[in-house]
Amino acid sequence: MIELMHVSRVVDGRTIVADVSLQIASGTILTVVGTSGSGKTTLLRLINRLVEPSAGTIRVAGRDVRTVPPDALRRGIGYAIQGHGLFPHRTVAENIGVVPKLLSWDRNRIAARVDELLALFRLEPALYRDRLPAALSGGEQQRIGVARALAAEPPILLMDEPFGALDPIIRGQAQDDLKAIQKRYGTTIVLVTHDMNEALRLGDRIAVMDRGRLVQEADPTALVGAPATDFVGALLGRGDRAFQLMALRIVDDLVEPGPAPGAPIMAGTSVRDALAESLWSQRPALPVSRDGVILGRVTRATLEAQGACP
Amino acid sequence: MSVSRASIPKAALLVLLVAFLAAPDAFAGLFRPLAPAGTPPIYAQTPLLTLAVNHLLLVAAATLAASLLALGSAIAATRPAGRDVLPFARALANLGQTFPPVAVLALAVPIFGFGTVPTLIALVLYGLLPIFETALTGLESLDPALLEAARGMGMTDRQRLVRVELPLALPMILSGIRLSAVIGLATATIGSTVAASTLGEVIVSGLLTGNTAYVLQGGLVVSALAILIDAGLRALEAVAARRAGSHA
Amino acid sequence: MGGHRATRAPVSFRPARPAFDPLGSVFAALLGLGLLALPLVTARPNRIALGTPLTAWSALPLGQALALGAVLGCAAPLLALRIAPGLRLAAGSAALTMLCLAAGWAADHLTPSGDRYGRISPDAGWWLAFAAAGLAAGDGLARLRPSPVLRIGALALVAALAGLILRSGLWDNLSVLREYVSRSDTFGREVRTQAGLALASVAAAALVGIPAAILARPVPALRAALLSVLNVVQTIPSMALFGMLIAPLAWIGRTVPGAADLGIAGIGAAPAFVALFAYALLPVTAATVAGLDAVPDPVRDAARGVGMTDRQRLAQVELPLALPAILTGIRIVLVQNIGLAVIAGLVGGGGLGVYVFQGISQNAGDLVLLGALPTVVMASGAAVLLDAVIDLSRGRAADRTP
Repeated sequence: MIELMHVSRVVDGRTIVADVSLQIASGTILTVVGTSGSGKTTLLRLINRLVEPSAGTIRVAGRDVRTVPPDALRRGIGYAIQGHGLFPHRTVAENIGVVPKLLSWDRNRIAARVDELLALFRLEPALYRDRLPAALSGGEQQRIGVARALAAEPPILLMDEPFGALDPIIRGQAQDDLKAIQKRYGTTIVLVTHDMNEALRLGDRIAVMDRGRLVQEADPTALVGAPATDFVGALLGRGDRAFQLMALRIVDDLVEPGPAPGAPIMAGTSVRDALAESLWSQRPALPVSRDGVILGRVTRATLEAQGACP
Repeated sequence: MSVSRASIPKAALLVLLVAFLAAPDAFAGLFRPLAPAGTPPIYAQTPLLTLAVNHLLLVAAATLAASLLALGSAIAATRPAGRDVLPFARALANLGQTFPPVAVLALAVPIFGFGTVPTLIALVLYGLLPIFETALTGLESLDPALLEAARGMGMTDRQRLVRVELPLALPMILSGIRLSAVIGLATATIGSTVAASTLGEVIVSGLLTGNTAYVLQGGLVVSALAILIDAGLRALEAVAARRAGSHA
Repeated sequence: MGGHRATRAPVSFRPARPAFDPLGSVFAALLGLGLLALPLVTARPNRIALGTPLTAWSALPLGQALALGAVLGCAAPLLALRIAPGLRLAAGSAALTMLCLAAGWAADHLTPSGDRYGRISPDAGWWLAFAAAGLAAGDGLARLRPSPVLRIGALALVAALAGLILRSGLWDNLSVLREYVSRSDTFGREVRTQAGLALASVAAAALVGIPAAILARPVPALRAALLSVLNVVQTIPSMALFGMLIAPLAWIGRTVPGAADLGIAGIGAAPAFVALFAYALLPVTAATVAGLDAVPDPVRDAARGVGMTDRQRLAQVELPLALPAILTGIRIVLVQNIGLAVIAGLVGGGGLGVYVFQGISQNAGDLVLLGALPTVVMASGAAVLLDAVIDLSRGRAADRTP
């Protein structure tokens, strides 16, 4: 659990973060979204004391972060940044093993953890262990950067635009990977991004920042349905809100009995993708299946209704 | 170590140099036409090998001292606490270069006596600037994302310096040390004017007696040493660059 | 952990800056050491006798000693504190001025009237204090980050002040100036020779090296060959190169008609000039190559795209952009050659090296100083002047880039 209570940061008369109060429940993902200069990165760096607040308190697991020596604090918090910051003079295994080594894990434990993480990110350990970062592609480097942040099994992971440098095809895959990892390890994640769609897709809750102020903090559906200010609305993009809402929901609860022609869609497909398929294949109703078994059908009308303002 | 075409002449030079230092009299015939009639063609006051070794030791000591001083200052000047000192440190290193070594030598003699000590001082002063400037450039041109990542992972400042900054800046630092050593090899000859035991002794003797053979012997040995040491340190730089992961 | 700490954190988080400036404290300590613990001057009855070191209060009459102590006593603590750079400069300069005056006063005080043989020279204490005060003043000046023009102005001011002190005769009883007096007829000539050798060799190196660099740069084999040869030349120790040129130049002077009239001979300025020219070639050539290499490709392409010929592109785009780098190379060799020209004294080429080497062989430190001090002053002055010029050229180059 991370708590920020009336946290501010003022530098040379400029307010970078203004009186922000937030609570992040354990095991959830909070995405912090805003335009550049909104203070979102500073907010992140306040948590692991890379910058110090001018006012306010930050608590991690009930303890005021100021009572913990900064280096010790940071070894217990994973930190993945844009541009990943992989050490070019160390192999992949050495990079991942940095924090465990700082924590004096024994060598076998570190080696096992390295292999475990490489396998998790679908990188063949034997192939990747001893490579230098320069010999990796951008997508691989990004994955190693996140693996490095997770190496010491931290309860908290801070991420600053970790997917920014990836091309769209890889980015979606990386986002899915993150959700899967979070579910598996139960890590509390705070992720900063300027991409609203990414924020909606990944976050259990979303915090919107504008010029240092926390403007709205809500779950994705509530955010899309009821943006608190024009700024939030602008970030969301007026034209897209129906589809954003539909992207957040899945077809499973909308299945009704009845026949429908053509290839079925999987349970768990988002309403938006289902509607897209329905339009593309010109079918007013689609069959839905799970594990090869047809559950029923979902009609276009039902799908469209999901786009209404809640 | 890979053998490229470029290293063949250097290897030949090395063999030639070692042969000459080990058995200088074998080369007497080469130098005889250049020496005035009646004088021995090979400098014999002190064995050339001894002089060469003393010369190298002197330069090694001076380069080591200059490296420690310059590197220490560069590190201090790139820490947040030391930012203010930077223009001053740079000015000081520059100042060290404007003092001609002869003058430093001559001025140090009344205080430190003749011989090795004033020469060492002059060499250290003169060798500071290249190392300081390259170390500074190396440390300042590091990718900020790397330093941020290192800090964010919980490395202490010292761990970050030793495990990240220095290894990555090493190629540049080594290039400065190389420059300083090569310059120092030539400069150390001047130490002979204040009775330091270097290869300059051979040159000075030749100048005073009008014996071009001696001048050549001293000069060419120093030159050969400089070329070889430069090549050796370049190879070291290349290794450091590879280890630092520069785009292979 | 942290149970004993107060749970309410301070509202503001500004750590208190220490009141002491670390560098300034070092200067202050050295000033104090130089003034109080070490001898200020050394008095010798004649040139070669052993000297008696004297502390500040023995070397100066009471009033002047107090004045010196007062000024330094105020300057030192001031420098140790965190003060504005301008104030730092003022404190350092005041200390410097006072030390210069004190040197002259001590010399006058300790020299019986009419005595011509006595030698009074500043000792370790004076030099240490002078260095500390000078560095402190320089540090203050550097922190002000003066513009190039201001730097030249400061240089001119210092030169004027030094000239004033010399002309006033304040320092006339100091040993260095006594040595000067006995050599005043040749001093001017040697200074001119030194400066002339340095400037001429650098000018020649620029005239040869810059075009050579421009021509050789596009041809990789030629460029590598040129730089390798020049690199080898750099490794030859200066004394050896000076010495190696004696015989060939003597031969040329004898056999080539008209050469002797030009001054080409085995001894004298000729071998010194050729050696200095050789040493200046590499830095100038390498700097030109590097400067031209550093011109960004997009700029080059733009110039070609506008329809400039190669020569126009070179003259109007590449050279102006490479100018700061080329000037830096020239600055390096000028400072280097002012110092190297001292060696000319060893091969009969004249210059201030004559005094340095005479002083070494006669064991007369003041004679060495007579040669070394003007050299250092010339080299430092040239460095400051050229650095300012380079910064000015950098400004203009930036303005001119499209």
